[in-house]
Amino acid sequence: MHINGVKIEDTFAEAFGMWGSRLIVTGDDLGWARTAAEAATGFATSIIGCGCEAGTNDLAPGELTPDGRPGVAALVFTTSRKNMEAQLLQRVGQAVMTSATSACYDGLAAEEKVKVGGKLRYFGDGFQRSKLLDGRRLWRVPVMDGEFVVEESFGVVQAVGGGNFFMMADSLTAALAAAQAAVAAMRAVPGAIMPFPGGVVRSGSKVSSRYKGQHVSSNTPYCPTLRGQEDSALREGENAVLEIVVDGLSEAAVAEAMRAGIAAACLPGVTRISAGNYGGSLGRFHFALRELVGT
Amino acid sequence: MGCIACAALVLDGAGVTLARKESSSIPVEADSICPDRFVGLGPTEIAALPVYYGRRKVTLGDLFEVEGAGAANVTVSGDLKAVKKIGQGMSMGRVTVTGDVGPHLGASMTGGEIVVQGNAGDWVGAHMSGGRIVVQGDAGHFVGAAYSGEPRGVRGGTIIVGGNAGREVGARMRRGLIVVLGDTGEFAGAGMLAGSVFVGGRLGGRPGAGMKRGTIVAFGEASELLPTFRYACSYRPVFLRCYLQSLEAAGLIESPGLPDGEFRRYVGDMNSGGRGEVLVRDQSQ
Repeated sequence: MHINGVKIEDTFAEAFGMWGSRLIVTGDDLGWARTAAEAATGFATSIIGCGCEAGTNDLAPGELTPDGRPGVAALVFTTSRKNMEAQLLQRVGQAVMTSATSACYDGLAAEEKVKVGGKLRYFGDGFQRSKLLDGRRLWRVPVMDGEFVVEESFGVVQAVGGGNFFMMADSLTAALAAAQAAVAAMRAVPGAIMPFPGGVVRSGSKVSSRYKGQHVSSNTPYCPTLRGQEDSALREGENAVLEIVVDGLSEAAVAEAMRAGIAAACLPGVTRISAGNYGGSLGRFHFALRELVGT
Repeated sequence: MGCIACAALVLDGAGVTLARKESSSIPVEADSICPDRFVGLGPTEIAALPVYYGRRKVTLGDLFEVEGAGAANVTVSGDLKAVKKIGQGMSMGRVTVTGDVGPHLGASMTGGEIVVQGNAGDWVGAHMSGGRIVVQGDAGHFVGAAYSGEPRGVRGGTIIVGGNAGREVGARMRRGLIVVLGDTGEFAGAGMLAGSVFVGGRLGGRPGAGMKRGTIVAFGEASELLPTFRYACSYRPVFLRCYLQSLEAAGLIESPGLPDGEFRRYVGDMNSGGRGEVLVRDQSQ
């Protein structure tokens, strides 16, 4: 199968079950809201080293924030509910609460909850106040620019992490153009985020290493500079590879983001689109590339 | 804040209708006009439910024409100024009152909704713990207040008054929200333990006297506060926007623009621990 002359490989992306939460971060203006949300989702590229994977998402068209101010959604993914609580406590406490004018609300209608504002409230040193509105408890924590409003608890749902695809190109310029076009298209999909910087990862990994104690290492078969030294997965004329990893609150969100991204990435200079998997034995979710773009 | 918008709350289908047969100033204790009491009953059984007419025990059918069946929607019409306790203790369904209604409307209710297309007497929603009461006109004294001798009043739910309300709105309330779009009399939020009282018009004198916690918000002018309240700061309370957005989304208020202006925050009552607050919108904006 080809799209705009770009080959879509007959393979699949293998993804895993995760836990997801969605925060609505607001501020006096969109700039401050985005600053807070991006700070909270910074250094959250890979579950391996960051404790969670996270990114920002525009609000759905017509979606109002609880306080009516400009806002941004922040999606956070972890391997367990317990980790989610720990991550949200750290990230909301250290990055959202500290950001001027911010407030933070639960953006998921989920039955399962983890306590966040209910613990961060102690920062108020006894002067915190709560309000119960429409069944949701909001904490008002006194801070130096007024009050930090944070919801007592945040919903957590079973989610999907690790959807991915690779763009092989004849040059780095072409790979970057494809990746940026893909990320732009994928950002329009609600409930999905690309956790790596700019939505793109260049340092794909394999789960082995020649060094003791090093569990993952560079995805050497896809490193163009190693062609001739190592077994290479690259073909003649392929000089750069970029990967996009997708996490989503649902399988459908990941599938839709991948579909949109692959379609947008088929630009001149791109030779192939492929995906990473472990033979299908590890991950519960399989996203066949040709099925995605064929629908 | 603008005026009340209750078009969405008007009775929208079949149910029970009770029409007062004759006007009378003799008090009627009609706590049997309650959706919970109508469950599974036809018009004949509903008409047989007891009410007190003065000190005489009569039936609903003696005072009202009863039609229809079903507990979900109850409409009451006619001269109801002396009819007390409609919807008292209700937990479900909707009661629509066309015209003015007497005191203790929805007292101790735990759920459901009451809409009054007119004025209401004293003690609207006294001791309620859930549900919603909307009075499109004025309300009397003691809206959502605690009965004399009771330490705690409203423990949840929402009361919206489209017009003015009398004295002691939300006195000793423990939780919940009371919104008066017009003016209030003296002692709004007196002895509050928690919860919120919003006043769209003029906040009457001595608001929050003796309050321990809770929030009183004056969107219009406020009378001079007691000397046991201290000025804290002028700021933009974000949590207030959450309330107004929620009320607007529910069609309960029309807001020409959410108040993103400054509010003056006063803390008090220092005689009672000083953990309550009165927020007064800065009218200079």
